[in-house]
Amino acid sequence: MSAAATAISLSLSTIAKTSNPRSPEQLVDGLLRARGIEASSPLSTLAMVAALLAIAFIVVNCAAIAAGIFSWLERRIAARMQSRVGPNRVGPAGFFQWIADAVKLLLKEDLIPEGANVHLFRAAPYFMMVGFACTFVALPFSHALIAADLGVGVFYLLAVTAFVVVGVLASGWSSNSKWSLFGSIRSAAQIVSYEIPAGMALLVPVLLAGTLSTQGIIRAQGGWPWQWFVFHDPAALAAFFIYFISALAEGNRAPFDLPEAESELVAGYNTEYSGMRFSYFFLVEWGNMWVMSALATSVFLGGWQLPGLDAARFDALTGGAAIGLEIVSLALFALKTMSLVFVIMWLRWTLPRLRVDQLMSLCWKYLVPVSFAGALFVAGWMLVVRAAPVLDLLMRGALTALGALVVTLFVRRTLSNVRDVGDRLDVRGNW
Amino acid sequence: MSEPTQKSLGGWARDVSESARSLWEGMSVTLSYMFKKPITTQYPDRMPLPVVHTLPTRYRGFLEVDMDTCTACQACERACPIDVINIDLIRGDGVTTPKTAMERFDIDIGKCMFCGLCVEPCPTGSIQHTREFEGAAMAFDNLTLRFVPDPAKPYPAYKPPKGADAYPRKPLGEIVRKLIREWDAPAPAFPQRDGQTPRPGPAEVSHVPR
Repeated sequence: MSAAATAISLSLSTIAKTSNPRSPEQLVDGLLRARGIEASSPLSTLAMVAALLAIAFIVVNCAAIAAGIFSWLERRIAARMQSRVGPNRVGPAGFFQWIADAVKLLLKEDLIPEGANVHLFRAAPYFMMVGFACTFVALPFSHALIAADLGVGVFYLLAVTAFVVVGVLASGWSSNSKWSLFGSIRSAAQIVSYEIPAGMALLVPVLLAGTLSTQGIIRAQGGWPWQWFVFHDPAALAAFFIYFISALAEGNRAPFDLPEAESELVAGYNTEYSGMRFSYFFLVEWGNMWVMSALATSVFLGGWQLPGLDAARFDALTGGAAIGLEIVSLALFALKTMSLVFVIMWLRWTLPRLRVDQLMSLCWKYLVPVSFAGALFVAGWMLVVRAAPVLDLLMRGALTALGALVVTLFVRRTLSNVRDVGDRLDVRGNW
Repeated sequence: MSEPTQKSLGGWARDVSESARSLWEGMSVTLSYMFKKPITTQYPDRMPLPVVHTLPTRYRGFLEVDMDTCTACQACERACPIDVINIDLIRGDGVTTPKTAMERFDIDIGKCMFCGLCVEPCPTGSIQHTREFEGAAMAFDNLTLRFVPDPAKPYPAYKPPKGADAYPRKPLGEIVRKLIREWDAPAPAFPQRDGQTPRPGPAEVSHVPR
């Protein structure tokens, strides 16, 4: 027993030594050392485990609250895009709708269909939840806010997001319903296929940063848009879009929501679920939007990097300035992530659902070849840039300018779409 | 499904550019709708004026009976095509008790189809449609408007004065608004019919031919 405890404490202390100095383990370790407790004592192990449990509790709750808020946000945005008002009765602008929904779902009966595989049926939502909650471990929220800066961060994230497919398959198979089974099999095929372009697209920032750690990739970028990896070269730009599309497909979001195509499959793999277990599926679906957007923000859009503040200089800051800038970096990261979440919702209410064959053709004929070619191009481009660094600056500048141009043109097009029908901008009406 | 299995590089590139263009246009359209005022309107309770006051005066809302001017003629009960109205009369001697009194005047709003046929034969204008239309009930039984609240205290029939062409009436809606408030009352623990006067079931409902 004590040998095991020592082993755990030793492994924890090695993790603490090798990871980012600002990680929670290091924090607990430092606190213990300050009280004169050695890292090898059983008390230290206990404190470490307690700290990890506390972090896990915080992380899972953050995920759940984010998912809940997104459910409200999505309904409001969907409503506005369809010229409706949306839920606006519970609290200011209907904000507490998600709490009302959660309470309703918690109080509902937990039905298990006849002929279902009871144990698998009960366990399936937890598989989903675990796979989803695990992703939050390696997601960086700000300069110092990260549960664990894993050395294999991106690889780990790809692995645990694929864990959701176990829950999807288990729920579909155990429900004893054809709709659920069709939904889960579609989902499995989709997630497994889109793993490949997603992985290859994520390889591009990994190549550019030379590390798999999410914090390391963010540190390799900068605060200004031309320092982001998305504008590094055309292949990285393509990789961003490929990752985004693949993540949409992996998260079963529209236009790739075939597993829960309501016009064909009632609700897909969660057809037979009710009450709290049903709410888990939706929590995972909405929470996944945050996960995929946060990952895209971290590896392509500069993460928490503040414009004009070097990561090394950020490390050196102490006291109030450090805490203040920490909050600013957290806000900036949240802003970038929320804009991507908004794009996901926006896409959902724009595009029709793809057919299964179109889905597969998009993946294997378009995304996979481009992502492979992109990874090769980036490897070559890095060699070119090493030889002539001025090309790097030129390319970054040109791509950032192109991005700004596209955004401007798009805004103009949207404004003209509003005016051409004799309407005017009105964001505040009928909240 | 008639796509060729083999595609030239040009066709491939055209597919990509076409999807990019359709994304561009489509997303611009949906975003433009997001920044427009919604077409739908809010539920009436968010209007500056209570919606009841904005309805036309001949709106057919919940029925209301002013018992002070009801002559107990039962014309409305006979007129109702779906037996929504139930009136029970008791006869007295005309000295210590009124000659005709109403023990019960129930209108089952849950069944009413708001046709207005009961309003037309009323000699005094006692039964009227109000403009009230909102009412959520905790129990189905609450939907019955009981204009004689207590059967032990029957309401005497109104004797209209000779030659009168107008009859006093309480302001329309005042009575029914009070009754609607009772709809919020919680349902009884076990659904039960009121003990004293069992409500006629479908088979019992019949009009005494007169």
